[in-house]
Amino acid sequence: MVKEIERAGIPVVQMCNLIPVATTVGSNKIVPTISIPYPLGDPSTSLETQWKLRYYRVGVALDALTDDIKEQKVYKVKI
Amino acid sequence: MKKAIHYINQFFAGIGGEDTADYKPEIREGAIGPALALSTMLNAEVTHTIICGDNYIGSNTDEAIKEILGFLEGKEFDIFVAGPAFQAGRYGVACGNICKAVKEKFNVPVITSMNEENPGVEMFKKDMYVFRGGKSAAKLKDDVKVMAAFANKILNGEKTGSADEEGFFPRGIRAQVWLESGKTGAQRGVEMLIKKLNGIPFETELPIPALDRVPVAAPIADLSKANIAMVTTGGIVPVNNPDRIQSASATRWGRYDISNVDRLESGVYKTIHAGFDPAAADADPNVIMPIDAMKVYLKEGKFGKLHDYFYSTVGTGTTQAEAARMAKEIIEKLKEDKVDGVIMTST
Repeated sequence: MVKEIERAGIPVVQMCNLIPVATTVGSNKIVPTISIPYPLGDPSTSLETQWKLRYYRVGVALDALTDDIKEQKVYKVKI
Repeated sequence: MKKAIHYINQFFAGIGGEDTADYKPEIREGAIGPALALSTMLNAEVTHTIICGDNYIGSNTDEAIKEILGFLEGKEFDIFVAGPAFQAGRYGVACGNICKAVKEKFNVPVITSMNEENPGVEMFKKDMYVFRGGKSAAKLKDDVKVMAAFANKILNGEKTGSADEEGFFPRGIRAQVWLESGKTGAQRGVEMLIKKLNGIPFETELPIPALDRVPVAAPIADLSKANIAMVTTGGIVPVNNPDRIQSASATRWGRYDISNVDRLESGVYKTIHAGFDPAAADADPNVIMPIDAMKVYLKEGKFGKLHDYFYSTVGTGTTQAEAARMAKEIIEKLKEDKVDGVIMTST
């Protein structure tokens, strides 16, 4: 789906946990998430911790939409 | 006796070559050219042959298809065959276009044949049986024979084999089969592993399609004015799943209005994805579809507009062909609203 969107000329960022799958399949901009069932908020942590992580990583994804890259990139995340 | 109708171009109808490629569609009773060869091998009568010039259908595709569908109106036929088109690009695309239209309108099996170099293969292999054909008309008889053998299986209601067994290009469709060996997946997996460890050749049951890289789309120049849309394969839907999206091997997607909410509330949204424990996402759907974070960024002015809907389907077991088709349908909606960028969350 990511590739079809990109093929249509719309910049797209994939937020996912299975980075090797995303890189193999050919997503160009990838922001890692923390798990499959809860990509953006571990329920064993406090709501505040979850929110901080989610807000931060979504921000990385938004910035990635403006990034002028020439080849596939997996973005580094700090939290 | 069952009935078949065959589509060929002006050249194979004996009308002429490039000079007559503007030949308008015509239907003739009986079998002509390749259709004659087909009729000798098919357990069906080839009642009509449709002829059309490759350039005519190439430049007037919609009109040609309409005319040809008009010819077929009211005719009885159990199968529709086109070509073989070999490496002839325009002919291959014509065969694909006609087969696709006939299949959609009359819901009969359609079969064609092209060489792998024919651009029609990439365009239509997912829509129909496109058999691996020869490079030139020297292979006419062989290609027709393969199509006829497969057509006979369909006409007789016999079981058909996989793409490789039958000789057509894979359509991206998975089928469940009982293996004659009776070996379970675990046994076959271990056998494969032992072969691999011993350096013996083995055949994977899950071939990864050849890499298809897409150029990076131009980045968003000014995020503060950009219209951003959210898409997920994590199966987040309203709790009643109004579009009845399947929990695995999805063929459907939905879009849900988020223009008037600050976040996705538990009890209003949930996940129907069958590939993981839904507890966390059901308790807080934003962990998969982070509408709450997007709304805050929107208020802060980080980006200009959040597209009114988020889009959702389920990624587990979903074939690449289905995913690509659903994406194309979603893209139409995104383009209507001039979406500048997309964030896709996957589970």
